Amino acid sequence: MSMEILSCTVNGRPVEVGIDPRESLADTLRERLGLTSVKKGCEVGECGACTVLVDGEAIDSCIYLSVWAQGKKILTVEGLQDESGELSPIQKAFVEEAAIQCGFCTPGIIMSAVEIVGSGKQYTREELRKLISGHLCRCTGYQNILNAVERAVNEAHKFVGK
Amino acid sequence: MYDITSIYQARSVDDAISALKSDPEALVIAGGTDVLIKIREGKDAGCRLVSIHELREELEGVALAPNGDVEIGPLTTFRGCTFSDVIRATVPVLGEAADMAGGPQLRAAGTLGGNLCNGITSADTASTQMAFGAILRVRGPEGEREISINDWYRGVGKVALAHDELLVKIVIPKSHYEGWSGHYIKYAMRSAMDIATLGVSCLVKLSADKTVVEDLRLAFGVAGPVPFRCLETEKAMTGLPIGEAVKQIGASALKEIHPRDSWRASKAFRIQLARELSGRALAEAARKGGAQI
Repeated sequence: MSMEILSCTVNGRPVEVGIDPRESLADTLRERLGLTSVKKGCEVGECGACTVLVDGEAIDSCIYLSVWAQGKKILTVEGLQDESGELSPIQKAFVEEAAIQCGFCTPGIIMSAVEIVGSGKQYTREELRKLISGHLCRCTGYQNILNAVERAVNEAHKFVGK
Repeated sequence: MYDITSIYQARSVDDAISALKSDPEALVIAGGTDVLIKIREGKDAGCRLVSIHELREELEGVALAPNGDVEIGPLTTFRGCTFSDVIRATVPVLGEAADMAGGPQLRAAGTLGGNLCNGITSADTASTQMAFGAILRVRGPEGEREISINDWYRGVGKVALAHDELLVKIVIPKSHYEGWSGHYIKYAMRSAMDIATLGVSCLVKLSADKTVVEDLRLAFGVAGPVPFRCLETEKAMTGLPIGEAVKQIGASALKEIHPRDSWRASKAFRIQLARELSGRALAEAARKGGAQI
């Protein structure tokens, strides 16, 4: 199939990249733009490892065709660091709570956490459980992940409160 | 990389219809959460796609028509349905049902139209739309026509949609939802990212004193090859005190449903679920409508 040009914004920067219309957004981000935080796990939209934000909404990039990203804003974990290379507060919360074991599911969950924290709302633990239910983690048992998301939400709220 | 022969990105609904007309083998892709999976597992490998994903202006969103009908664009995502103010104010049970499909990322991509057009019995929003008697407006080369959702399903994965037709609107008339309250129960092995073992949606219209079932709708998913309504049970429950209806509805529904054994669950288990969950769904629907039970 002939190549097409995808113009979109990736991690705040305008990007023009040649794509094959058959490829998924996960393929484009990993193979063409080198954004390997986007993991390919199940590739059928079940595990959440490939989660990125498209126009602010967390989606599974493995079942999202790149041609649909035309003109949209994509955010991956690579876009979370500040200019000095410091981790974002959400990433720090994952480190502090030891919410990571093998790390394969982590970037996807962090992107869902970005959307959750960005909503500006506070959530019960049960609500958070539901909000991250589109991610599978085979190592941690989820408790520390929930602690980290909860911590990130609370810290953001504290900050907004000030 | 998906095994796709070609993708045509439609610029409008009419453009998509003419693309479908000129290619009798083409498949429509909307949210992609179903079609891409089937391509990947080989079932639809090598297909030619007509993408309507970007036709949001024409096909996405929920609106309240001046006459009070709820009009849902078929490209509205599960998430868009759940968080729609119109849905919450008029047919909240549909938003609740949409919130049980898959997980958050899937709900941000999968669409209500896709949930109906793929003709699958386990579709989480289908039974509730069936209970509401949604009117499906489809457009083809010759223009538009309306089909009741009760005449929509033609068999497993088959619906009353011609190859060159697109679903363009889901309408829930005011007279179908006003005065009704409803509840949907999805039974699945996991509480997220799972397909319903059985789904039941119950709508009830209560008497003024909130003690008697004035009218009732009961629809199932995965209790037969397609989602369907228990018309006999609906009639039989009418006029009963709520407590009595809650007791009887399960046994009555069993006479109408045809669940089967599958690798997900046995027929016997589905029968038990249908009997038990019908009563629970009715009780909860009645509570939402103001009944004290």
